[in-house]
Amino acid sequence: MTADVLLRGRGITRRWGGLTAVDRIDLELERGTVHAVIGTNGAGKSTLINILSGEIAPSSGQVELLGQDVTRWSQPRRARAGLGRSYQRNTIFPSFTVLENCRLAAQAQTPRPWLWWQPAARCPASVSAAQAAAGRAGLDHCLDQMAGMLSHGQKRQLEIAMCLATAPQVLLLDEPLAGMGAEETERMLALLRELKSGHAILLVEHDMDAVFRVADRITVMVNGTVIASGPPEQVRSNAEVQAAYLGGH
Amino acid sequence: MSTGALSKTVFVVVAFGLLAAFPLMGGSYGIDLVTKIMVFAILALSLELLVGSTGLVCFGQAAFFGIGAYAAVLLSPADAPPSLAWLLPACMAMAAGYALFVGALSLRTKGVYFIMVTLAFAQMAYFIVHDTPLGGGTDGIYLYIKPVLGPWIDLDHPLTLYAFTLACLVLVFGFLAQLRRSRFGRALDGIRVNEQRMRATGFATYPYKLAAFVLSGAIAGLAGFLFAVKDGFVNPEMLSWHMSGSVLIMIILGGLGHLRGALIGAFAFTLLQELFKSEAVFGSFARHWTLLLGLAIIASVALLPRGLAGLPGQWRERLLGRASRRAEVNGVAP
Repeated sequence: MTADVLLRGRGITRRWGGLTAVDRIDLELERGTVHAVIGTNGAGKSTLINILSGEIAPSSGQVELLGQDVTRWSQPRRARAGLGRSYQRNTIFPSFTVLENCRLAAQAQTPRPWLWWQPAARCPASVSAAQAAAGRAGLDHCLDQMAGMLSHGQKRQLEIAMCLATAPQVLLLDEPLAGMGAEETERMLALLRELKSGHAILLVEHDMDAVFRVADRITVMVNGTVIASGPPEQVRSNAEVQAAYLGGH
Repeated sequence: MSTGALSKTVFVVVAFGLLAAFPLMGGSYGIDLVTKIMVFAILALSLELLVGSTGLVCFGQAAFFGIGAYAAVLLSPADAPPSLAWLLPACMAMAAGYALFVGALSLRTKGVYFIMVTLAFAQMAYFIVHDTPLGGGTDGIYLYIKPVLGPWIDLDHPLTLYAFTLACLVLVFGFLAQLRRSRFGRALDGIRVNEQRMRATGFATYPYKLAAFVLSGAIAGLAGFLFAVKDGFVNPEMLSWHMSGSVLIMIILGGLGHLRGALIGAFAFTLLQELFKSEAVFGSFARHWTLLLGLAIIASVALLPRGLAGLPGQWRERLLGRASRRAEVNGVAP
């Protein structure tokens, strides 16, 4: 197989004292696919994202980004190398405008902190990257609005836009659909499909309908371990998954 | 230009214009007092960079202030006037050096722990000058010969010192205003609001915070240098936690998050202090000035949640709020 694997986790394990939150997870994210991770609360999905993005260190196991072992890299270094993540709760900067939220994110690519006399708003690279990212996420009509005043759905879009502004190759999205209405969900799913071509996307999501519509691969976690992984139809018909999680789905 | 930006520019022009014109009417007492206030304003600006911009509540700013002041005295030769050209940078560098040491260790902690660790390092510096003969112990030491710059600047003249201090204040204010708009300043803003998000975006936040800390230490060192030159005397109280607390109160009183807040706060705090100490106004009760100052600060924090700099906005909102309520009562959309 010659698939373009951008992010790979090998045997990822995280223990908190006696509790094993994530137990020997193997995972591959390929360019052009949406890989969904589903599971009940406490199954270890967020811990997995935190380990992949470098927010917490694994107890054992290995993370590879674009073919390089990045297990010991800090989170900012991984982010600059092309790993973007969004958060389950909104982590936008509410007192900044939409454009400034994206611009600040884009600035991470051209930090130049010693240029103290040059206003950040006149940094052409980050401004154009911010405009492009906001446009892709469907926010080009409200660039000058304060982020805190956006609707919930728009805030979720802004989370993605800030992610895109850093020009990532891999996107780790933690429940981007949380709390969204039907129409907003449709818009977000369309965005995910559009982003798929250039990125490898890991999607942690509770909305099962949405997951089965958009995912190319689904991994099901229970109590920190993977009980099934494969294309949606295969996972849907898996008896163990049905018993453990999907219920009568 | 928006009305907000316009009113800020007007404030800055008027404030610095008044300061420049003040020596024409202020007597020697007034010039000495305003010089002292401008020194405190520089110190308050240095702390505003940490607290207001970066969200780092440093409770040890007095250490950098005191080190700048002690360096000015200890590095000065006993027999000839030192040159500003090397003495001033040296004082700032020594304060910045201690800030680098303190920042490198304390920035590994967060929140209340950060406050306590910065306080502990400041107390350490305080006890070194207080309990060792290095800086004259509790009595402090005198600076007999004031620094000069060639034949042009002699800081022994109160008016020259006033002008020099005002120039320093303008430069620091201008520098910080520009810095806040720059990429570095925007990154500090991001760190204040959500450091975790900044890391996820690709910013290594620790070097940013350390750079801000060292910069702040250097500016506090400048203030310390000016203070030592003004009084011709330094003592350990300059490094005490009372001093750190006073600067913190200045920027809270003035309004966090604005440079002009630090300026207004330094003036308000020092002038209130002078007022409550004045026997002409309060008679023998002036002995209890700390009580009055404390009550004034409690009242201002309770009534002015955004500080003095936020007062116009607070009034505007109250007026608009009343207008919109009235409109609602009359059944008209606001």
